Amino acid sequence: MPDKLLAIEQKRPEGDWRDAKVEFRKGTICYSAAPKNITYLSLPNPREWQPFDADWKLPPNWKEIILKGMKERLRKYRSFRLFMEICVRCGACADKCHFYVGSGDPKNMPVLRAELMRSVYRRYFTLTGRLFRALVGARELTEDVIKEWFYYFYQCTECRRCSVFCPYGIDTAEITMMGRELLDLIGCNINWVMEPAANCFRTGNHLGVQPHAFQDSIQFAADEAKEITGLPIEVPINRKGAEILFVMPSADYFGTPHYYTLLGYLMLFHEIGLDYTVSAFASEGGNFGLFSSHELMKRLNAKIYEEAKRLRVKWILGGECGHMWRVFHQYMDTMNGPADFLEPPVSPITGTHFENARSTRAVHICEFTADLIHHGKLRLDPRRNDRWNVTYHDSCNPSRAMGLLEEPRYILKNACRNFHEMPENTIREQTFCCGSGAGLGTDENLEMRLRGGFPRANAVKHVREKHGVNLLACICAIDKATLPTLMEYWVPGVEVAGVHELLGNALVMTGEKERTTDLRGEPLVREEATRE
Amino acid sequence: MKALSPLLAVLAIVGFAVVGGHTHAGLVFLAVFVPYAAFAVFLVGFCYRVARWAWIPVPFRIPTTCGQQKSLPWIKPASLDNPSTGWGAFRRMALEILLFRSLFRNNRARLHDRRLVLGEDRYLWLGALAFHWSLLVILLRHLRLFVQPVPVFVSVLSRLDGAFQVGTPALYISDVVILGTLVYLTARRFRNPLARYLSMPIDYLALFLLLGIVTSGLLMRFVVRVDVAAIKQFALGLAVFRPVVTSAITPIFLVHLLLVSALAAYFPFSKLMHMGGVFLSPTRNLANNNRSKRHVNPWNHPVKTHSYAEWEDEFRDKLKTANLPLEAEDARQITGH
Repeated sequence: MPDKLLAIEQKRPEGDWRDAKVEFRKGTICYSAAPKNITYLSLPNPREWQPFDADWKLPPNWKEIILKGMKERLRKYRSFRLFMEICVRCGACADKCHFYVGSGDPKNMPVLRAELMRSVYRRYFTLTGRLFRALVGARELTEDVIKEWFYYFYQCTECRRCSVFCPYGIDTAEITMMGRELLDLIGCNINWVMEPAANCFRTGNHLGVQPHAFQDSIQFAADEAKEITGLPIEVPINRKGAEILFVMPSADYFGTPHYYTLLGYLMLFHEIGLDYTVSAFASEGGNFGLFSSHELMKRLNAKIYEEAKRLRVKWILGGECGHMWRVFHQYMDTMNGPADFLEPPVSPITGTHFENARSTRAVHICEFTADLIHHGKLRLDPRRNDRWNVTYHDSCNPSRAMGLLEEPRYILKNACRNFHEMPENTIREQTFCCGSGAGLGTDENLEMRLRGGFPRANAVKHVREKHGVNLLACICAIDKATLPTLMEYWVPGVEVAGVHELLGNALVMTGEKERTTDLRGEPLVREEATRE
Repeated sequence: MKALSPLLAVLAIVGFAVVGGHTHAGLVFLAVFVPYAAFAVFLVGFCYRVARWAWIPVPFRIPTTCGQQKSLPWIKPASLDNPSTGWGAFRRMALEILLFRSLFRNNRARLHDRRLVLGEDRYLWLGALAFHWSLLVILLRHLRLFVQPVPVFVSVLSRLDGAFQVGTPALYISDVVILGTLVYLTARRFRNPLARYLSMPIDYLALFLLLGIVTSGLLMRFVVRVDVAAIKQFALGLAVFRPVVTSAITPIFLVHLLLVSALAAYFPFSKLMHMGGVFLSPTRNLANNNRSKRHVNPWNHPVKTHSYAEWEDEFRDKLKTANLPLEAEDARQITGH
């Protein structure tokens, strides 16, 4: 616990928002992308620079590039043109943004984040803007505006919470995505997005794990699962002819507490005897391309269907990951489909046809597991999770770009005995972002992350004080990577876990030895709870 | 001070009306030519803007889902807030357009003693909804000036609207509501620090024009009475393209007419286009059936990918060491990079 917590204030905004000067301060920004990553991805203008520099070394015709890029996108995306034109600035979105709440910076109000671009749109693409300029909120495109875009479009986690409240459904995520695409065109992007993207393009996953190391870490997890359960748990890699290709975010096999979730998956698959394979090539479901451009998203996503086809599987099962599911659900089929070489997914255990996935042919692990539990195919002993008093954090993408709300709750309620919801307007479609999504989860950006995560932490604090909650469950790899820091700072004593970690704890496996530890290797404490 | 220029603009229009109506030529220009021109601009501009939106592709299906998806048969889906069918999306849109569903969710985040408190805040929803509905009622009521005989629904609507008979002529509920809500919406832009900061001159312009229109309308009805029969004669003339300039066109009526014309002509160039745009918003008007029905992107161009073959070539030695299965023992010529 730090001595002095960040001051969170809502100040009265002053001055004119069209003044584009931004102060780049350490702790509140992400550093620039290393040239090697830009080069590897064949993107424009690789160079050494930092946001603090006065000279950003933009290409000489940068203005032309940006305006041409805007024009092209205005013709290609109805969302973009519409969202540039129909906002009435009612301000309903203003205090819905976690970055606005946490930073008190008025330009973090979604309406103004969008106005940063709209003002330029008006100046160069509308008659009234060309004629009346400032009177209609039009603004010249200057280098300062570019710097401002960089600051604020990399201070938005594309969580879509504002879009829930907007009377026209204006989605700031769309505008931020366009802003980042345009910035990409002149080489203004951040390393925390570009390095994972470059790694992913080369090795298949964000962490740059090469196939032999992938095999090592999967093997290590299998061994650990073996040790906990005493069962011969094997994980097939790149196996042709398996029924299901299982795709997960790479953090699951390289990060903590993600890793315990991986143990949970492996134990589940072993128990039900699933005919599946993982892939060292499609070793990442996450897609940092989503945080950069539609094109890069498509480039990184292509391997999923390609690998499913090569391995001749019937369908794809996807692990716990937020933005991976945004891509799988809303983009993959359109970008890289049709998946006509796969079959409409059917659970081999329950026979359930996953009708909602019959075209994409990709099923979320929570849908799959909830179906198993509902059909009584799993024996669960929720007492093994008695040391946890659980609440559930809806990750932005599964809730607001999919609607996966009840499935994980159903699993949790079957796997744990102590479950408490956070207040209604902080969960489900109104869930607050972790503050570190969309590529902003780097430590150099820690202050802004803690500010952005404040509303989420605040809701956790509420249930911690009211119900003694000590575990925050979630289904997103970025959450698992960044919520522990957030909790440690704002709500000490709350840990973070994936839903399938808790399932793995509770899962009573055929022939298993008596469990003495949970998946974290901590001793099981259930006697007391049993006596209650 | 951002409100000053729009205020001056509206006052200038009022001034034009008052001064310009003194000569016959001025009267013809302001009462006939300007309304026709304004209406033409509105019609062409509105259609052009909507057509331009409709013309642009929706490359991805990106609904903002605000409730449980339709997945497993035993989980109840939120069919209105997260529709999985076209019919569901239609109903979601109906709720959005008729009742301002999303704005109804509004709440207010306030910091209180280092804590974030989310309180209900439905004033904006109520104000906006009441404003738009009363505007619609008023527009429909005005049909009685342009259509002869007066359609039954217009008479019924007017009678209902005037149900609270307060004095003569009857005070319409919609008139009271629209004035009240306009004052609220304007005051909100001035008083709420966030709204004031983000508002621009054009945001005040629309409000001031509407306030001017409503005020001049009320003045005509209650203070500077006009000859309604004669106005109707004039309006009918306009409607059938045989306008006759009569003595019914008093300065106050001309002010009303000119402000309406200004609003109509301004409409297609402004944020007021949200009226057409709301129907086209891809985060609302699409069903969340992404995984069950393929959405086609008309410009889905090919991109440079990193194929399995290239990957295997790069990592062949490591795959061999790890005993992972290979497609080829040695590097091949790659096609389709």
